[in-house]
Amino acid sequence: MKLRTLALAGAMTMAMTSAAVADCAFRNDVPLKSLTAGFEAWKAVTEAMAECGNFQAELDQEFRTKQPAAFAADPALYHIGGVANATLVPLLNEGTIRPLDDLVARYGQNLTPNQLIKVDGQVVAVAMMVNTQHLMYRADILDDLGIAVPATYDEVLAAAEKIRAAGVVEYPLGATFKTGWNLGEDFINTYLGFGGAFFGAGNQPAINNDQGVATLELMKRLTEYMDPEYLVSDSTYVQQQFQQGKIAMANLWASRAGAMDDAGESQVVGKVMMASAPAAVAGGRPASTLWWDGIVIASNITDQEAEAAFRVAMEGLDRQMVQANNDVAVWLVDGFAPGRLSEGAIDTATAGAVSYPAGPTMGLMHTALGNNVADFLTGAKDARTTLRDIEAEYLTAAREAGLVQ
Amino acid sequence: MKFKTFAAFVGPSLFLMFLFIAAPLVSVFLQGFYVTQQVFETVDVETCTPGFVTQTCVTEMKTRPVFDNDGKVRTETKFVGLESYSNLIQPDRALAALGEGKWSEFMTIDFWRALRFTLTFTLITLPLAVGMGLAIAVAVNNTLRAIRGPVIFVSLLPFIVTPVIGALSIRWLFIGDGIMTAFLEWALDRDIAMFAQGWTIESLMLFYRVWHVAPFAFVVFYAGLQTVNQDTLESAIIDGASRWERLRFVVIPHLMPLIVFISLIHLMDSYRVFEEVVGFSSQAHRISLQWLTYDLLTPDDSGNRSISRASANSMLTMVGIVILLYPLLLRTWRDHRKGRL
Repeated sequence: MKLRTLALAGAMTMAMTSAAVADCAFRNDVPLKSLTAGFEAWKAVTEAMAECGNFQAELDQEFRTKQPAAFAADPALYHIGGVANATLVPLLNEGTIRPLDDLVARYGQNLTPNQLIKVDGQVVAVAMMVNTQHLMYRADILDDLGIAVPATYDEVLAAAEKIRAAGVVEYPLGATFKTGWNLGEDFINTYLGFGGAFFGAGNQPAINNDQGVATLELMKRLTEYMDPEYLVSDSTYVQQQFQQGKIAMANLWASRAGAMDDAGESQVVGKVMMASAPAAVAGGRPASTLWWDGIVIASNITDQEAEAAFRVAMEGLDRQMVQANNDVAVWLVDGFAPGRLSEGAIDTATAGAVSYPAGPTMGLMHTALGNNVADFLTGAKDARTTLRDIEAEYLTAAREAGLVQ
Repeated sequence: MKFKTFAAFVGPSLFLMFLFIAAPLVSVFLQGFYVTQQVFETVDVETCTPGFVTQTCVTEMKTRPVFDNDGKVRTETKFVGLESYSNLIQPDRALAALGEGKWSEFMTIDFWRALRFTLTFTLITLPLAVGMGLAIAVAVNNTLRAIRGPVIFVSLLPFIVTPVIGALSIRWLFIGDGIMTAFLEWALDRDIAMFAQGWTIESLMLFYRVWHVAPFAFVVFYAGLQTVNQDTLESAIIDGASRWERLRFVVIPHLMPLIVFISLIHLMDSYRVFEEVVGFSSQAHRISLQWLTYDLLTPDDSGNRSISRASANSMLTMVGIVILLYPLLLRTWRDHRKGRL
């Protein structure tokens, strides 16, 4: 994450002027700005919004550090914000986004009820797509070796063993195990797969248990089949390992599926297939979490601006946009036709994967996990000590934040 | 000089130093003793998120902030004394780990891990950078006058490269199957993963820092070499002093004030090592004190940040640099006094 901050120091700021006003149901004359992440789906959506005119999109992968402050300003620096489960939390906690019920009633005829993100009965955001980590595998390799698509992590390990014995790829497995956010996310996925709970009463941490130990041990067994540099391996790294034919299986983000078939980058076009994230225990739910991405509207703007912003956003999330960019994401918008690339995400969701349990305490827990799980994987600490230290770090931060008394 | 003139010259700079150095320092010092937190309440909240086909709604106990009537989040600031410092250095855990002789466990406490790396980084690169700078300066001074210009230019290049960019380039040479790793694997006929363990990353970081700062030492020493008294050198030659003895007894004593100067600058620069950690993304294995401050200040996804602990960490970093510079400052001060007497 942090490296990306610097690599994208200039940030991908795309200014889209209102030169071409096309395919928009109305003509927007209120100047509007948006701040969203910068991946393909957001590019598609903001380009569709720009068709209404007077709209400027800022696409920045580090939006999460800018957004809370920019929305807290009065008037807010952006009208439309792009958020996900977790990045919605700081905005909600600061009260800088407005409830959308009225606007949905007036202009949201094309939205499906599934898209409305509700907190305490109020619509606070409109989702446009889901993202989740699920199994991607080299169908050709698994077929050659006569391995069935693994449904549990035990089967993944057995398959990895066979693939290693056959020596067809450099490393059987890839994983987003980069210390920090990525590693924390993988622990959360697996721990939820084992049916663990993160918190007890009064926001006390509750991960130092058998499920926690089982999670750490499973993660360590997986690393035996990975590139030894797994602690610096983020999503892009795993994606490239796939594209260069170095790995055979990985639990990777659905938003990266399209890249596997990008003939300009990938040597394995058409060979990578998607399936549900493996379960941690046989018969259990997939060890993965569901994420959504969507839009919010700032509260520190005039009602007139908010109305225009919402209408423009609806134009960005319409049928035409989805039909033109069907394979870019797993859209929630009406008109989406699921294809081969979205099978994994849909299977993961229908098999019962849970939503990422976003919230202020989870943010702190995620950070503590991301910082400490590596100590177990490198062998510096045993499982119980690692979990105890994670709980201690979480408690320190939670006391500082006032979440635990 | 009249006091009034003196004051008129020094006043503006003193004022600015107070405004931009002293005042922020005091503020950081105070922030280390206070914690500002939002006021939270725990309530049942129903949250609905998209699933496939239908929505999933869950009602659960959630902690959420309390808002004032004007829509602002209610916060309170309280005095916590040395709590942030003790959260940072974790004396109990540190002593327990040390008492049991478990160094690797001691090294999992962020502050001590960062301090260990920062200190070794500073103290190992110091002699290397000074030595390399001196060696290059002496070598360039002895090359043919005709090619000296281009040689100086080439030697200076690493210094011109932006630190983060330089670190990233070296990282890309070595990460995964980078060109250099591939070459080493071919030459040594074995599998090499430079980023899989701490010590290889650390040595890359040390190498990078020396490569980057040696040119600065070189330029300063090269300028110093031009002022070496030629008569003394010639008499040394007549006395039969070898090349090494001339360097040891004539050149180095002459350059000593410059060596102290370079060491001072180098200590200050490398104690706040930061670019290497980011450039080599070494945080799994190696972190520095400066990086720790940055990490504590960076908000996580939910917007939490530890300003108090970050302040405590910067104060401790400052104390560390003062201790480290003390011997050199003392020496400079003594020389200064001697010069006056």
